[in-house]
Amino acid sequence: MREIGLEQLLALSTGATLLGTGGGGDPYVGRLMAEAAIRRLGPIRLIDVTELPQTGLVIPAAMMGAPTVMVEKIPNGSEVRKAVEQLERVLGQKAIAIMTIEAGGINSMIPLAVEAELDLPILDADSMGRAFPELQMTSFHVHGISSTPMVVVDEKGNSLLLNTIDNKWTEKLSRTATVVMGGASIIALYPMTTDQARRASIPGTMSQALELGALLRDHALPTAEKLSRLLEKVRGHVIFHGKVVDVVRRSTDAFVRGTATFAGMADDEGRTLRLEFQNENLVAMINGEPVVTVPDLICVLDQETLIPITTETLTYGQRAVAVTLPCADVWRTPKGVETVGPRYFGYDFDPRSLTPEARS
Amino acid sequence: MNYRLGVDVGGTNTDCVILDQQGHVVAKAKRPVTSDIITSIRQGVADVLGMSRLPPTAISHAMFGTTQVTNAIIERKSLNRVGLIRLGAPATLAIPPLTGWPEDLRAVVQQAQVIVGGGHEFDGREISPLDREAVKRFLAEHRGDISALAVVGVFSPVSSDHEVWVRDYVAENYPDLPVTLSYEIGSVGLLERENAAVLNAAVTDISRRAAASFAEALSAAGIHAETYLTQNDGTLMSTEYALRYPILTVACGPTNSMRGAAYLSALKDAVVIDVGGTSTDIGVIRSGFPRESAMAVEVGGVRTNFRMPDLISLGLGGGSYVRERDGRVTVGPDSVGYRIVEEAQVFGGSTVTYTDVAVRIGAARIGTRAPSVPEELARRAYQEALRLVEDGIDRIKTSAEPVPLIAVGGGSALLPERIAGVSEVVRPENYDAANAIGAAIAQVSGRVDRIYAMAGRNREAVLEEARVAAEADAVRAGADPDDLEVVEVEEVPLAYLPGNASRIRVVVVGRLRVGAAQ
Repeated sequence: MREIGLEQLLALSTGATLLGTGGGGDPYVGRLMAEAAIRRLGPIRLIDVTELPQTGLVIPAAMMGAPTVMVEKIPNGSEVRKAVEQLERVLGQKAIAIMTIEAGGINSMIPLAVEAELDLPILDADSMGRAFPELQMTSFHVHGISSTPMVVVDEKGNSLLLNTIDNKWTEKLSRTATVVMGGASIIALYPMTTDQARRASIPGTMSQALELGALLRDHALPTAEKLSRLLEKVRGHVIFHGKVVDVVRRSTDAFVRGTATFAGMADDEGRTLRLEFQNENLVAMINGEPVVTVPDLICVLDQETLIPITTETLTYGQRAVAVTLPCADVWRTPKGVETVGPRYFGYDFDPRSLTPEARS
Repeated sequence: MNYRLGVDVGGTNTDCVILDQQGHVVAKAKRPVTSDIITSIRQGVADVLGMSRLPPTAISHAMFGTTQVTNAIIERKSLNRVGLIRLGAPATLAIPPLTGWPEDLRAVVQQAQVIVGGGHEFDGREISPLDREAVKRFLAEHRGDISALAVVGVFSPVSSDHEVWVRDYVAENYPDLPVTLSYEIGSVGLLERENAAVLNAAVTDISRRAAASFAEALSAAGIHAETYLTQNDGTLMSTEYALRYPILTVACGPTNSMRGAAYLSALKDAVVIDVGGTSTDIGVIRSGFPRESAMAVEVGGVRTNFRMPDLISLGLGGGSYVRERDGRVTVGPDSVGYRIVEEAQVFGGSTVTYTDVAVRIGAARIGTRAPSVPEELARRAYQEALRLVEDGIDRIKTSAEPVPLIAVGGGSALLPERIAGVSEVVRPENYDAANAIGAAIAQVSGRVDRIYAMAGRNREAVLEEARVAAEADAVRAGADPDDLEVVEVEEVPLAYLPGNASRIRVVVVGRLRVGAAQ
């Protein structure tokens, strides 16, 4: 077990932004909520998957909808507790731990922002190992776990219990409800046994976010050293060194899609990186050829500070280094690729990766 | 007899300039800022008036740009004790107001706060009805211990009804209590807008004092002109309007320089570089106005989201220290500042500054003595300074195309003729008084920056509604209703939000109405 105190929150949010691969929502509001919770209740306990008892109920929680709404209509603070408690009531069982479904972006913070009483540890794991836009894009789904019964709550006290025939229906129905609730909601879903949690979650992702964030925020380290340590830690690779020369965004339905073009610098002089994103970075193409795609993580870092640059803040002139971190193994399975591979996002090719084991 | 006086009170100098009806510079003067500020304004105004040989009555308009509001926040001095009403319960309770503020600033500003029922959804529906009784109770309880009130409602940029009700109630029942409504200052992002509103309320008194000192300096010189304050988008506010939104004067200095640069060079679209003694500001003018920053901007350590010019500030100026260590040559970020006239080699001192290396390699002619810095070191230092400048220009540009660069400020004489990414370096006459000239030539603006729910509405009708609101704002600020021009229309569909909500921003500018400010 380890503890997350006030001092760790900034590192965690930086690491979560990295794992957000350009999207996932700014953790800023979530961090302030977690800060308020820690000030009131003390440090948060983060337990390892191996520390889970033999039996018991684990409940994942998250925010759903537009992070843009949450920066304006900040939550009440009691939503996570209410959602978890209602799911406990439905199941007739108390949870022994809660967890996030998404370690990338604002959802890394949501289970931490419990305002009181819910004296539960946070499981050091998630179900994406990064950020993804839809509810069925989880390792739980790949492992055949149902996302329902699921509870959706808003800040007013409304709540909704869903029972669906499959996880895509859950995504559709709960998103519609979220819009009616004002564009953002808090959800508790994929209730599971400790056994399922051990088998189907991606372990260690919260502490990974913490450690990576702490590394990126380490002002004492020279940039080159920081970058090589980062890549070593995650077995990652540099995709490209370059300068942003063009950013095009278009708003489609509920997502911002777009393309950023980088002109190569240093070793990449003369080459062009084209980065396609839909909230998160999806595909990195060098000179027209896709080299890294979802489900691997594609992260753009400021060249000097190595602080992650989100797709919302990409602008002309930024000097950046694009890196890739290998995705969790679950995403390399056939069902994993079907759920979050490039074809699901409308591309006509299979996943590309710079990670050796992915290409075997 | 229709002359304009422009005054820019900066960190180091108070610059004054008088323009004639055609906008030509008649006289300019520079005075070091005094600790009481007003003395330097009085001196500067007397100097410039004397040089112009005009009678005081010839001055019909006086425009002031000042850092006093900024400094009050940074120094945590002379700030109001603020009461805050947030309209949003049961939402927003998770993060209390003023979270993340520096402790010393919060201790000075924060007096009383309450979160009551009210506020709206992104599409304009009410989150909950406005809890009028709770508002009334709060005011009755705290009227005695607060000297300004800030009001922020959830999604007030979409619907300001609840904020406006509070203002009307206060006007009727506590007419002496100044009120800041958040929707008039910031856009989406509750905490940042709330911070901006609280800061605005906190500088109520200091802005009144600044306005009073301007009036006093003018009357001491026998000038009876209409007075205006410049705001950070490069336009003017009547004194009355400025007293309602004093926070908008923050960062008006760099803006005035950029506007002055645009005016003096007659260019509308360009990069502007303002090189001073200590630092350099690089910004972009688009249609003659500074481009605004899209990022959250910190003021005095507080995260806000109100409009600010997009600027890159470099620790590079005429007085920047030049050093060589471990084979590396650095210029700045620290500077001898105003002591340059004693310490730089070209003035007989012993410190190597940016000015000395520029003179040594023949890029500039300044001072009374030849600098003794070795030529090789000078060349490398000058290259390093140029690299900093080129890097900054490249970062602020929005495209790879070369653009014209307007160089202003006393230190801009050090810059070379050829700079990477720049099509030409334009050095206008009176470049050293660009800030005061920018203040003197400013027009009046009005704006709207709100979220409009577009569903079921004609897009043209929505844009028209926004334009009319922006024009009304300009007229309130002192513009001539018969001389208004729309300079910016921006429509951004909000991501992740179904139902077609758009953020619409319209900016109009206009000539000063004669007899506008009383």
